[in-house]
Amino acid sequence: MIPLYWYVLFATALFCIGLFGVLTRKNSVAILMGIELMLNAVNVNLLAFWRYLYADPTVEPTRGLAFVAIVFVAASAEAAVGLALIISAYRRRDTVVAEELDLLKG
Amino acid sequence: MPIQIFFLIVAAITLISAVMVVTVRRMMHAALWLVLSLFGVALIFALLDASFYAVIQLIVYIGAIAILVIFAVMLTRRVMDDDAAQTNKNWWVALIAVLVVFGGIAATALSWTRLQVGPGIPPGDSILVDFGTALINPQKYAIPFEVSSVLLLAAVIGAIYVAVDRKGGKG
Amino acid sequence: MAIETLIWLIPLPPLLAFFVIVLFTHRSRALSHWLALIGAGLAWLASMVIFFQAIGIEDLAQHPLSSAINWLPTGQTALQIGVQVDPLTAISLFFVAWTVFMIFIYSVAYHNYGQPAGDHDHPGLPPHGATVETGHGHSHKVPSVEPLYSRFFAFISLFAFGMFTLVVSDNLLTLFIGWEIMGLCSYLLIGFWYAKPSARDAAVKAFLTTRIGDVVMLLGLAALYVITGSLKYSDILSHTEVLMQPSGILGMSWAGIIGLMLFIGTIGKSAQFPLHVWLPDAMEGPTPVSAMIHAATMVSAGIYLGLRFFPLASMGWQTGEPITATMTVMAVIGAFTALFAATIATAQTDIKRVLAYSTISQLGYMVAALGVGAYVAAAFHLVTHAFFKALLFLGSGSVIHGMEHGVLHTGEKIDPQDMTNMGGLRKKMPVTFWTFVIGGLALSGFPLVTAGFWSKDEILSGAFNSGHLVVFITLALAALLTAFYTMRQITLTFLGQPRTRSAEHASENKWVMTLPLVVLSFFAIAAGWVGIPETFPLLGKISGDWFAEFMGEMVNYLRSERLAGAEGFNYIPLITSLVVALGGLYLGWLVYRRFKAGAADPLQQPLGALYRWMKDKYYIDELYQLVFIRPARWISETFSYQWIDRGLIDGILHAVARFGWWLGERLRFWFDLPVINGAGDASADGVQGMGSWMKGMQTGRVQQYMVTAISVLVVLGVIILYIFSA
Repeated sequence: MIPLYWYVLFATALFCIGLFGVLTRKNSVAILMGIELMLNAVNVNLLAFWRYLYADPTVEPTRGLAFVAIVFVAASAEAAVGLALIISAYRRRDTVVAEELDLLKG
Repeated sequence: MPIQIFFLIVAAITLISAVMVVTVRRMMHAALWLVLSLFGVALIFALLDASFYAVIQLIVYIGAIAILVIFAVMLTRRVMDDDAAQTNKNWWVALIAVLVVFGGIAATALSWTRLQVGPGIPPGDSILVDFGTALINPQKYAIPFEVSSVLLLAAVIGAIYVAVDRKGGKG
Repeated sequence: MAIETLIWLIPLPPLLAFFVIVLFTHRSRALSHWLALIGAGLAWLASMVIFFQAIGIEDLAQHPLSSAINWLPTGQTALQIGVQVDPLTAISLFFVAWTVFMIFIYSVAYHNYGQPAGDHDHPGLPPHGATVETGHGHSHKVPSVEPLYSRFFAFISLFAFGMFTLVVSDNLLTLFIGWEIMGLCSYLLIGFWYAKPSARDAAVKAFLTTRIGDVVMLLGLAALYVITGSLKYSDILSHTEVLMQPSGILGMSWAGIIGLMLFIGTIGKSAQFPLHVWLPDAMEGPTPVSAMIHAATMVSAGIYLGLRFFPLASMGWQTGEPITATMTVMAVIGAFTALFAATIATAQTDIKRVLAYSTISQLGYMVAALGVGAYVAAAFHLVTHAFFKALLFLGSGSVIHGMEHGVLHTGEKIDPQDMTNMGGLRKKMPVTFWTFVIGGLALSGFPLVTAGFWSKDEILSGAFNSGHLVVFITLALAALLTAFYTMRQITLTFLGQPRTRSAEHASENKWVMTLPLVVLSFFAIAAGWVGIPETFPLLGKISGDWFAEFMGEMVNYLRSERLAGAEGFNYIPLITSLVVALGGLYLGWLVYRRFKAGAADPLQQPLGALYRWMKDKYYIDELYQLVFIRPARWISETFSYQWIDRGLIDGILHAVARFGWWLGERLRFWFDLPVINGAGDASADGVQGMGSWMKGMQTGRVQQYMVTAISVLVVLGVIILYIFSA
């Protein structure tokens, strides 16, 4: 029997690793990869709670699944648009290094 | 017992490959490590009796998103500069912050006794049918379903618009 | 209209004449002098009407003609001013009106009305004469008209107003106003020829010297008002109990000390020692001025005041008792001045100076008479002296005028006023000669026929009968000298042979000038006959002493005693006055009848150094210069001006200014610029610095923003966790 908190810890770790990647990596695509990791951690968390609260009669059984579906959709949409942006930025500025995209500087 | 060991092995693989994703220098390697970590997540989904989503993960994330990432890496690759350091300055600040965040959430999670429970009854076979009908049931999740389709539409249009090359050439 | 209303109108015509001349008619000489003459004439007429009415009233002293109006409301009551005619006022009106009117007429001719304007006459200088062509190519100089003719008449009209006001007033306030107006006119008229420095100095000297007396007098007035609560004569003099209180000053009663203070006013105005120094210098003014102001009227005002307030000075004294302290002071000063001035007069060569010192001496007689209690005698001498002294001055003016005519004719450069340049004028100017002789005999006290004899004799009797032998002897000696210098003057001026060519060519003046002389000489003779004492052998029975009765009412009403001089007859004063008068006249003629031109004065050798002292006025002016004037100048020029005004006050101002400047600089450089500007600049710079520093945070790098956000979130979380769970 796997206690719920194992899954929560796992999701937390994955989330933090993804966060670390977002904050640290220079390459914008790497940042996006970190974001994907974070979203996956969220999904793991949601599904863990769905599975472990399935027996609870007050919880609608498909709720967790619907939530995860939406997260999937959002992740996909965001990945598509993000990568499109990165490509566009690459075309304009010839760089994907996040540090060099500093038009907000000042 | 065996299930726990299985879980630990999968978690370890996933986490290690995730660490690899965020630390390796060459972007292509990072993308491939990402694929591996996504695969691990799919296995976790399977462990959680969410077999549908395990498959969806494989198809959508690995099959579409990771491929997309690989394409983006290839499209934005500079000539032979992948050996440069990939982390920015002050990465240690981020590390500390992240560790603290992890520590905090972990401490909180471990202190909740409600999380010590084991899984209850597994979902039945009709779970998928129920899920499908719930998605189009106006009292349930029809609206989020529709909205998310609109979101996808907007994303598609937006992505095309942003990425189209006005000067002609590669699109 | 009631007779009382007429009294108000006496001073008015001359005042109106003054204003109209000053404002409108000063360009026209004829209009100006006619206005002045009409003003003086109307005042004379009103005075005569009042006088003849007043002498017919019984008990005039107790019930004077009076009229008063409320002038200044003071709470429940009001300060009243008004007019009153009692015996003293009546006789004063008489002699003032006559002398003033005569002098006005005289002035028309004295200032050469009708003559052409001078060749180079300057307003402010005496006229020098005009050259007139006579047709056959000859030209000779004639006297020229005074350039400031109208101004003269304006001033003497104002003066007449002042004197009449003083005489008819019933209270000290209007008396003082009249007193001061006369002082002002004296200043203006002495300095009439203002371009002469000597005249300017003399005017200032006169004003300041009389001012000294006036200040003390004003203090006396104030004291009177405080003690008795009123300024009216009748109120004041009826408060005998209050005034008899000891004042604590010099051990005298209030009456005594106030009487003394008022007497000091008289010392100033009537030129007694030690304030006599202004009168001789006042001769710088034209002769009518000398006659009117400094012989007949203004100096008489001082004696008038003394007569008016004799009850104060003599309060507590009865006939036969020792005189009060104030009276003693008056007697001493009067007698001393009489002798002192007479000695100086004997050594003077200027015809007007002799008469000036003579005036001082005669006023001393009157003061001494008051001092020994001979009230009626003093009043009598006041009246007679006014007439014969005015006559003498006008006569001397006529002589000077004639001499000037001679000077213009011959072109000699001599002083026409110096008696040593005259001589033999009796043939050239007969009317002037005879009237001058009458006046001179009156002054000397020539027996029986002259007014001066009667009045002077009465004073000497008063002094003798009241037992004040020192005063008697002093006055007798002064009378001797008076006769001596008068005869000296007549001899040098009129008798003998002309000593200069100008004297040879002197000529008599017009009737306008000689008529007043004749009129006044009539009074110089006749005025004495109203005062012949009853006890005088023979004549006393004929005329009776109307004057003593009339005037005696004044003090008899206020005190129920008869005064000195009206008791039994004593031969000693009579014989003394006869001896001194006749003897002095004879000696004067004897010594001077052979005086030659250019010779030294015959008195010089016998008297030696004393003669020089007499001639130089005993160096009193020099003493005053040393003791008072030089220190006063030093105080004003060095002490007040240099040290205090420029040094101390300006020094303080400069120091304050420098301090203010210094303070301003310190504030500016140590506070304003660093602190205030600095604060402003610093806050601006600070904000800018902080902004620049904060700008560094905006790197544009999204990852850094996120790191910052998560770090802050973590920190806040830790804090909240520990705060809210602890």
